Amino acid sequence: MEITNIENIPGKTIVEHFGVVLGSSVRAKHAGRDLMAGLKNIVGGELAGYTELLRESRKEAQTRMIAQAKSVGANAIVNVRFSTSSITAGAAEILCYGTAVKVK
Amino acid sequence: MEIIVTLVLLAFGYIFGQYHEKKHFKALRKRERRLIKLPVEVGTFKEDCDDMKGVLVSGHVVIGSDYFKNFVTNLKGLFGGQMGHYERLVDRGRREAILRMKEEAKKIKATRIVNLRIETSRVGNIHNKRNSLPCVEVFAYGTALIEKRSFERT
Repeated sequence: MEITNIENIPGKTIVEHFGVVLGSSVRAKHAGRDLMAGLKNIVGGELAGYTELLRESRKEAQTRMIAQAKSVGANAIVNVRFSTSSITAGAAEILCYGTAVKVK
Repeated sequence: MEIIVTLVLLAFGYIFGQYHEKKHFKALRKRERRLIKLPVEVGTFKEDCDDMKGVLVSGHVVIGSDYFKNFVTNLKGLFGGQMGHYERLVDRGRREAILRMKEEAKKIKATRIVNLRIETSRVGNIHNKRNSLPCVEVFAYGTALIEKRSFERT
């Protein structure tokens, strides 16, 4: 599965379009992490717990998108976009979408 | 009692916050210099390059403000105007995210990154007003172009 966020796959031609595929994931960290992040917020800097959380979350969303693309018979996804929204305290939704295509 | 706690937190925030910020900016400059040869473009990829391979690369960071900055910025919010502290905070986040993306691209021997997109969002307890912690997530992604020759070698 080749994934890019440009309109094509370099060096290949698109032979078939399958439309939009998407994957999303909502995750929260356990309260301990939230507490640590709260403490870290006193001194500032990177909040490693949240960074890790969002990385996992994004990976999950991407995996789901890829699974959907595979199920429709695509072998590449172009024009991938990500979006993040906060649903409730401490939980974030990651959405990942793109156009599933077949390339040769 | 509460005043003492606040003062201690302010002092802590000030000392560590400034220290972290200075250290981070210094590290950012150093890493940026090292990766200067890997160009990043915002525009879409138009040319036809048969000998290239495109791979999605991304980098992200969640960065939080410190107690002192929050305090000062809250005061400043009353009068309006430029919020230098928060400007520096998101600047740090953005540069860090782009650097992480570039480092990932470098690992797979990319020569160029095209179609860079940057996304900023708030995370954390945003619905809890009292304990609202200003922390932002910056996510940078783009398509890394790898020359086929170097790709086949690896």
